[in-house]
Amino acid sequence: MRVRIRVNGQEENLRAASVAELLHARGIDGARGLAVALNGAVVPSNEWWNTPLRAGDDIEIVRPFGGG
Amino acid sequence: MGTGGYSNRQLLLDSLAAAEPALVTVAIRRISLEAYAESLVDLVGGRYALLPNTAGCATAKDAVLTAHLAREALQTDWLKLEVIGDRETLYPDIEQTLRATEELVREGFIVLPYCNDDPVSCRKLADLGAAAVMPLGSPIGSGLGIMNPHAIERIVATGSVPVILDAGIGTASDAAFAMELGCDGVLLNTAIAKSREPVRMARAMRAAIVAGREARLAGRIPERRQAEPSSPELGLVGG
Repeated sequence: MRVRIRVNGQEENLRAASVAELLHARGIDGARGLAVALNGAVVPSNEWWNTPLRAGDDIEIVRPFGGG
Repeated sequence: MGTGGYSNRQLLLDSLAAAEPALVTVAIRRISLEAYAESLVDLVGGRYALLPNTAGCATAKDAVLTAHLAREALQTDWLKLEVIGDRETLYPDIEQTLRATEELVREGFIVLPYCNDDPVSCRKLADLGAAAVMPLGSPIGSGLGIMNPHAIERIVATGSVPVILDAGIGTASDAAFAMELGCDGVLLNTAIAKSREPVRMARAMRAAIVAGREARLAGRIPERRQAEPSSPELGLVGG
């Protein structure tokens, strides 16, 4: 089943059922320094596997970047 | 010391090693496919204490969300709060910065807010629980140094929390000057990253900050209108 959600500002049709599945599909679930917010609230990494994704969700996946 | 604008990661690492900063700032950005495949956390996180920033945020709401993401990503309560009010000058929006400071302090963050060189703003931020205040010397990346030294001195004199000069440092003498004015530290990025020889400039900055601090602690002579001879006036030859 595919759901239409917004990932980092882009509308996408995804098969992922949970945050963990989405990250795994992108090959980044093991990356250090990652953080995820779902609909404006941070999802801690220990909750990724049991946080379902629903149509209309808005996800931000971020990591540290060079800056001052 | 900031980590932005380096042409390659070895240059960043060598500059950090030369500067020996107490804190290393990083921005928080959406993940994407680009050259920097290795995580910045893996690169510097083990050797230096990281200070995530909320650079790019224009509202307290965005800054607070970014702060929460930063805390989750880096497992630290330390935060450089930056809420920008003007895209050209990158001046802080003090009203939004005050709001974000209040909320983030309540949520247990150690907030170091980037602010303007106004003793009133600094006092308000300290009263809200900011762990330090970080007034700008001049616009971010401008290299104009400290535009209003009297304001910085006033902030130092009336402040109840440490003062970190943050933004506008151009060269070593600016960093030394900040310390001579009584600042507890300096935050800089562009002055090193965009200099012709970043590693050499990083060394210069380290030396300058130590020099400025020592000069401050030594207690400088006052500035005088008249000359005051340093050699004795008696026993002159032919006199």
